[in-house]
Amino acid sequence: METELGKSVGDEAPDGAHRPLGLTDEEFGAIVTLLDRRPSALELAMYSVMWSEHCSYKSSRVHLGRLPSEGPQVLVGPGENAGVVDVGDGLAVALRIESHNHPSAVEPYQGAATGVGGILRDVFTMGARPIALMDPLFVGPLEEAHSRFLLDGIVRGVAGYGNSVGVPTVGGQITFDPCYRGNPLVNVFCLGLLRQEHLVLSAASGVGNLAVLLGSRTGRDGIGGVSVLASSELGADSDSTKRPSVQVGDPYEEKRLIEACLELLGADLVVGIQDLGGAGLACATSETAAKGGLSMDVDVSAVPRREPRMSAVEVMTSESQERMLAIVTPDALAKLEEVCRRFEVEATVIGRVAERDPDGVGRLRIRDGENGRLLAELPAASLSEDAPRYRRPIAAPADLAERQAAGPEALPMPERCDEDLLALLGDAAWIYRQYDHQLFLNTVRGPGEADAALLRLSAPGIDWNGKALAISTDANPGWCKIDPRAGTAATVAESVLNVSCTGATPLALVNCLNFGNPEHPEVMWELSESIDGMAQACLALGVPVVGGNVSLYNASEGADIDPTPVVAVLGLLDELGSAPPGPGWRDGDAIVLLGNEASGLAGSRWARQLHGCAGGSFPPVDLAAHDRLCRLVRGLVASELAADEAQRPDLVHGIHDVGDGGLAVAIVECAVAGGAGCAVEVFSSEELFAEQPPRVVLATSDPERLLATASRAGVAGRILGQAGGDRILVERTSADAAGDSPNVIVDLALDEVRVAQARRLPEALDAPVGTA
Amino acid sequence: MKLAAEGAESAPTIGILYFPGSNCEHDAARALEGLGASTRLVWHAEDDLSGLDGLVVPGGFAHGDYLRPGAIARFSPAMDSLAGFAEAGGPVVGICNGFQVLTEAGLLPGALMRNAGLRFLCTTVECEVASTSSVLTTGVAKGRVLRLPINHYEGNFVCDPDTLAALEANGQVVLRYRDNPNGSVGDVAGVSNAAGNVVGLMPHPERASDELLGSSDGLPLLAAFLRAALAKRERAGIPATSATARA
Repeated sequence: METELGKSVGDEAPDGAHRPLGLTDEEFGAIVTLLDRRPSALELAMYSVMWSEHCSYKSSRVHLGRLPSEGPQVLVGPGENAGVVDVGDGLAVALRIESHNHPSAVEPYQGAATGVGGILRDVFTMGARPIALMDPLFVGPLEEAHSRFLLDGIVRGVAGYGNSVGVPTVGGQITFDPCYRGNPLVNVFCLGLLRQEHLVLSAASGVGNLAVLLGSRTGRDGIGGVSVLASSELGADSDSTKRPSVQVGDPYEEKRLIEACLELLGADLVVGIQDLGGAGLACATSETAAKGGLSMDVDVSAVPRREPRMSAVEVMTSESQERMLAIVTPDALAKLEEVCRRFEVEATVIGRVAERDPDGVGRLRIRDGENGRLLAELPAASLSEDAPRYRRPIAAPADLAERQAAGPEALPMPERCDEDLLALLGDAAWIYRQYDHQLFLNTVRGPGEADAALLRLSAPGIDWNGKALAISTDANPGWCKIDPRAGTAATVAESVLNVSCTGATPLALVNCLNFGNPEHPEVMWELSESIDGMAQACLALGVPVVGGNVSLYNASEGADIDPTPVVAVLGLLDELGSAPPGPGWRDGDAIVLLGNEASGLAGSRWARQLHGCAGGSFPPVDLAAHDRLCRLVRGLVASELAADEAQRPDLVHGIHDVGDGGLAVAIVECAVAGGAGCAVEVFSSEELFAEQPPRVVLATSDPERLLATASRAGVAGRILGQAGGDRILVERTSADAAGDSPNVIVDLALDEVRVAQARRLPEALDAPVGTA
Repeated sequence: MKLAAEGAESAPTIGILYFPGSNCEHDAARALEGLGASTRLVWHAEDDLSGLDGLVVPGGFAHGDYLRPGAIARFSPAMDSLAGFAEAGGPVVGICNGFQVLTEAGLLPGALMRNAGLRFLCTTVECEVASTSSVLTTGVAKGRVLRLPINHYEGNFVCDPDTLAALEANGQVVLRYRDNPNGSVGDVAGVSNAAGNVVGLMPHPERASDELLGSSDGLPLLAAFLRAALAKRERAGIPATSATARA
């Protein structure tokens, strides 16, 4: 075989060809050793994309194993296209989150749009009907024109693709920070629902079965997307020179592909299926063969093309969107073609599953023509499983101690906090109003309506069974910058609490780890610490990690982004008899705060955004206490949702977590949502802006009963004040023993805060074209 | 609120015509079935509408909205059958993209341009019932305010001033926005043809079909439509035994 290759190909990769493809000299050496010869040009190209950071996780893999991934509810854990979790009644949920950061930096609309397309394919590949998307976004300051350009394009991209493909975007979050100036983060989460018997994995089984390419024709878009674009830092000239590496999406093609694939999977017409994402056909053919432990013969000339004169390298590494690779028995081919014809989806046989070679190795063979010239022949698993794994140097930042010493304690806290509070307000309505967040009639609590999105557990073809799913995506780079371990644990804690605030029990977590350049030891330290913090919190709160994505090299102009681990927690609510309480309170409600006492301003948005202070010592969350809080809240809310109205205690009228922006932002959001002001008393101005530990504000007509219930559950709490009126009034309990009367630290008209909250994004982003 | 069905015999069967790229067909079916109707999804390439008492063209992005929303969909075989059904007085409602399809097909006046703000809008708006002489609003109080979700980029209804005046005079303006979200002339949210049996509207009544989702204000409209469908069937003299409705 090797001689045939050497003889007939004659286009052995020239010296040094690996470097512009993003492979190091050592990695090239490893390929030569592995093949026991020099690679052909096509082989080299395939290794370069598959061994990219994006596809191989070569810097992060040695750390990811520390995350807990087991639980009785877990049907499919990390390693497949999406995690799959049992939600009872023979149903399962597939979930995954992924980044599309670098493409969005270069071309925000298409970058974000194809991010949506890619995550959808990961989910319907498993046999699940995608029913919800969420999009955590991170961009530079709104005051800067380039950030506004990026955000506008990203939101239009998510909307343009998600709305059209027919999957609602039910939530997300937006973070503004200078560290994302040249490198925005676009993470997209997707959730799908399936019957467990329709669960499909991506292994190519059955010798003689056919590999059928479904969907779009292959073009020259996205070549080297994973290696050249996603696995290196963006340079100053990034937005022009790397644009050809960005793919272009077609949501209409994807919509038809979804319907066709779900019909094929539902009718058991395919034995395995794999989406084509990063690294295109190189990835899909090698992974399906490797997972099945078999060989695969691929005829590259059979691949339908969008453009003439494409080379085999271009065809095999193109990242053209909206394509799937299905493995089918020859008997099922005619039926598959019939389904595809109906949905106007192109289907082409491009390969065949073959026996392992006599040496026991499953090989991927690429030919030009069914019996044509051999262009590549390599062990299928070598592209994925033999990819290098690096234990890269780890070192805490040299200035860590210095930063920890420079905490916010010395920052000037004004006598009156009105201006500070107003400066922290913002409302994401401008974003989510551009997203269809209601399709499928499942959205009981959508964006801005609760701490987590709450969806009826149903989908086309799956009738509602009375249960609901809660999802919250969370991240806080401010916390993680100071202390990636404790900050990440707090992020998980917040996410679990958000889900609990809808009454749901957390089932699983997926993560997207957005970090800087892994060749910087400080970045590897952040990553490693963050993974440990996530593991700690997930174990303590009983939430397995069922999937994830790692995005490295997020840096521009030489500066790494702040560590930005994003988590998405899925929860299940057994009985949804009414809509759960939202953040809004009613006139006359008592306002109760549950959770341990506030613990300083380190990592808070007040310190970071208003004072540029990213230092201090981040207070670790007491995870045992937090678990008690989550269980208490979950029980309180779930009992309000009983199907039988007579069983609802009517104890909780409103609920909202205290997180980003602290108590100050939380009470404003409750007041605006409820249309009623409040008068509350806090210990200090610091308590107003502190973000740790995660706490909960509840509105109730019976605070004594609520506090007694909390006390029995081992959860601290106190009455903050009362809802009502048309002002937000906050007084400080006098700390000194002299007995000064409490003094007012915030006194704002409800209308004023409502306007301040609502106007920020529209004013910045709907400004007439051409204004700075 | 099972307004349509006292028994299987009296439940109408509604055809929901969908195209590649449509996405609200299941939601429309769910809401109508919740009112006791029976539904049948009709693929755009079919032309047999027999046994159907009313037709819904649902929301979504027929043919990707490529070229112009509805511009390609109007050529589908099912649309010819739909035109015949409408001409015979059968009740037809186009929701959102369905409204766009019906205007492109010439079954409704006017056209739908991009929203005045040039952004996609998904939000709940208040609409006022402006006329009760359509299959969607018969029996619903004129002036009644309904909270209905909108979800569109091209919902800016436009027609020339004479047409608008004629629509107003004939009672063809069916629904009007209280706080115009998209720049539509005359605050028009929904219109009917002169006979009142073909209606198009940008708001989604099926999304306001359950208090759990925040509003059930779409139900009176859908119920009116089902009553019209039932009346159509009775006119046609279809024997009750042939009904395919679910009990």
